[in-house]
Amino acid sequence: MTRQNTAPLQTHALVKRYGGLLATDHVSLTLAPGELHAIIGPNGAGKTTLIGQLGGELRPDSGDVLLQGECVTHLPAAERALRGLARSYQISSVFPEFTVLECVALAKQAHAGHSFGAWRALLQRTHLVDPAEHAIAQAGLSHRITQRVSDLAHGERRQLELAMVLVGQPKVLLLDEPMAGMSHQESMKVVDLLAALKGDYTLLLVEHDMQAVFALADTISVLVNGAIIASGKPEEIRQHPDVRTAYLGDEELPE
Amino acid sequence: MTLSLFFIQLLNGLQLGVLLFMLSAGLTLVFGIMNFVNLAHGCLYMMGAYFAATVYAATDSFVAAGVAAVVGGGVMAALVEWVVARPLYTRDHLDHVLATFGLILFFNELARWVWGASPSYMNVPPALSGTLDILGVMYPIYRFAIISAGLLAALGCYLLIAKTRVGMLIRAGSLNPTMVAALGVNIRLLNALVFSLGGALAGLAGLMSSPILSVQPGMGEPILILVMIVIVIGGIGSVQGAFYAALMVGVIDTAGRAFLPLLLREFIDRSSAQAAGPAIASMLTCIFMATVLALRPQGLFPVKNA
Amino acid sequence: MKYRLSFAITVVVLLALAVLPVYARWVEEPFLLTFLTRALVLALAALSLNIVLGFGGLVSFGHALYLGLGAYSVGILASHGVDNGALQLLIIVVLCALVGLTTGWVSLRTSGIGFIMITLAFAQMFFYLFVSLKQYGGDDGLSISLRSQLLGLDMGAPLTLYYTAFACVLAVVVWTQHMVHAPFGMVLQAIRMNERRMNALGFHTLRYKLSAYVLSCVIAGVAGFLYANLTGYTSPAYLKWPLSGELIVMVVLGGMGTVLGPLVGALALLVCEEVLKGFTEHWPIILGPFIVLVVLLARRGLYGLALDWDARQAARRASRGASA
Repeated sequence: MTRQNTAPLQTHALVKRYGGLLATDHVSLTLAPGELHAIIGPNGAGKTTLIGQLGGELRPDSGDVLLQGECVTHLPAAERALRGLARSYQISSVFPEFTVLECVALAKQAHAGHSFGAWRALLQRTHLVDPAEHAIAQAGLSHRITQRVSDLAHGERRQLELAMVLVGQPKVLLLDEPMAGMSHQESMKVVDLLAALKGDYTLLLVEHDMQAVFALADTISVLVNGAIIASGKPEEIRQHPDVRTAYLGDEELPE
Repeated sequence: MTLSLFFIQLLNGLQLGVLLFMLSAGLTLVFGIMNFVNLAHGCLYMMGAYFAATVYAATDSFVAAGVAAVVGGGVMAALVEWVVARPLYTRDHLDHVLATFGLILFFNELARWVWGASPSYMNVPPALSGTLDILGVMYPIYRFAIISAGLLAALGCYLLIAKTRVGMLIRAGSLNPTMVAALGVNIRLLNALVFSLGGALAGLAGLMSSPILSVQPGMGEPILILVMIVIVIGGIGSVQGAFYAALMVGVIDTAGRAFLPLLLREFIDRSSAQAAGPAIASMLTCIFMATVLALRPQGLFPVKNA
Repeated sequence: MKYRLSFAITVVVLLALAVLPVYARWVEEPFLLTFLTRALVLALAALSLNIVLGFGGLVSFGHALYLGLGAYSVGILASHGVDNGALQLLIIVVLCALVGLTTGWVSLRTSGIGFIMITLAFAQMFFYLFVSLKQYGGDDGLSISLRSQLLGLDMGAPLTLYYTAFACVLAVVVWTQHMVHAPFGMVLQAIRMNERRMNALGFHTLRYKLSAYVLSCVIAGVAGFLYANLTGYTSPAYLKWPLSGELIVMVVLGGMGTVLGPLVGALALLVCEEVLKGFTEHWPIILGPFIVLVVLLARRGLYGLALDWDARQAARRASRGASA
């Protein structure tokens, strides 16, 4: 029984404490299918902690995470990935000794049943290589497909991250600062790519790059001291007084 | 099984425990702060014992032997840190394991060459020989001295780590080594200090052990493995954890070896009990460790990372 | 030809190993055959360790345990009159799998330093166990008068044993060569590079680490079977940490995470030891610092350096070709 309008990703009052610090303060989010939902906030607001709880690396102290209506709060990251939740990392987190194709084919292998096959090479398996080549093309990295990751530029590694995330045909993408450390040109490429993904995929984007956020987001939630102080369409957020206060001295919201 | 026998074994367990603590305190700090796997720690213990035995045989002075063991241990540790550990801090654990394995081969053979393969002995110093009446049982004064020395060492560690500035740096280093280095603390000196402190304690343990164990090449490794069990149970990097775990392991190991054969004799015949007893007793500490790890993988008193 | 130096080394080593025993027989040098068999058996153990250490990145300092379990299985069964090699191997596989599964599961609860210490502790525990088994020799060890009969082959015949060991080594080498590029090997290496990411991608990393560990334990057990038949003896000394350490040295000296590295490393280390033993009885004093030097300077290992050389040559040829 599938409910057509089940939110792809939802949280109910997530709470996470580190000693006396309330890192996540009763965060409740609901993503609409196909939307790009951005999380912004000053440094130390708890964005990484929140993404950790969504992805499954951190357990909340209380509250729930629901993926397609299914409660996944107690499932580890691997289980959530197999249920359609994909995450990219802020610090490029790929496999330095492998080539681009090997990385993405491996990412596809995760969804291809068990990985105990020890005879036929990974790259001889067309059911892995074909989708991998497609995802690499989507990420705009086809010209580097046989390069070792250690030879890639920073921006190219971020593109690889996206390819690895896309190849598994996820339902929800968690993107943790995909444009961190990128030049303006590189950021533009990623913005175009993410814009093309909206609709087919549901995306949760944590970003500091305000231009990108306001260009892409359908909904923006503002996280300050672990709590969501405002959530709504970009124009509403732009005018919101609390948001302006929170950002005074931190970021300039684009006019 | 009389109460006094039980009490004696408890004291023996305590004695082994403080010995294990002396060895594990320094090593757990080296693991926790420098993230360095020092398998050669047992060699420092062995060298401490050899220095003590040699100096004692030459001078008949327990104090001189003590100085030789503690200072010798500290100096050897500083040398090891400078020559082998320092170039390898940034490398991964495998490199540490291999390099210190090479050191073990070197030190054991060095001992064999200089002092010979057969065990050396050190007599219990006359001042500490004889027995003492503790709560109705006669207990060797020397073993009691070991317990006292160990507890003093534990107290000293506590005071150093909790009450001094150096101790604060050590604590900070075990929580967040990169931060401490970034704050401009002379991390090289701190590392050398931690290593030397561990070496000095190991030397002290070597000194205290020589009269009751035989001093021979390779004596460091069996006890090192027990020390590692202690560290894993206590929590890597935690001196407090090492203290409690050392006492627990000391008592479990001693009591197990003493009482398990007796216990087994209730159920099976004497010769099988005599054979199985030590076997199971030596497995007890491992089983204890496995149980702790199954329930609490980070150890009993883990250092809470920032 | 894609690979140059490394391919040459592979061919030379394998050919030499195939042919030298016949030569040894011809010049009547039984020591050479014993030495080569021992090298192959330890190489098999090192190859097994490479699976979990070289590819998986898990530093197991207790692999001698499984060599010992294999040897003792043969010894204990032989002392009861059982010399059926196939049966002995079956028992070894089951035993090593069970012990490996248990110790592996416990050891993998921690990682890094904890894993190293726990594998060492477990090996030591079994050492004490075998020491206390007085009915099987205890500390003195157990001599094995009844050699295994494996599928009609007499493991007591030196040449038969040698070529059985050689076949095992070849099988593992060929399998490893495929495994490295297949899903299992790729997953294992990726876990070594970035376990966190592998979890996030959807792999249950513990399953693969544990499987690799158990597999390597079983292969080491087979090496123990061969070792017992070679020496006609088994003893708690086979489980001691120096042997575990030597296996690690073989893997790294030869080239960690390469297919042929452990074989090259085993041969190199054993030859080194023989040469050193010829010089002085205090040879560990030289070997110890030598190992330290290898760690500091030649971490890639002999075969690894050859592979690097080939890669550099290939890059040079490619750039020359591009500029031509």
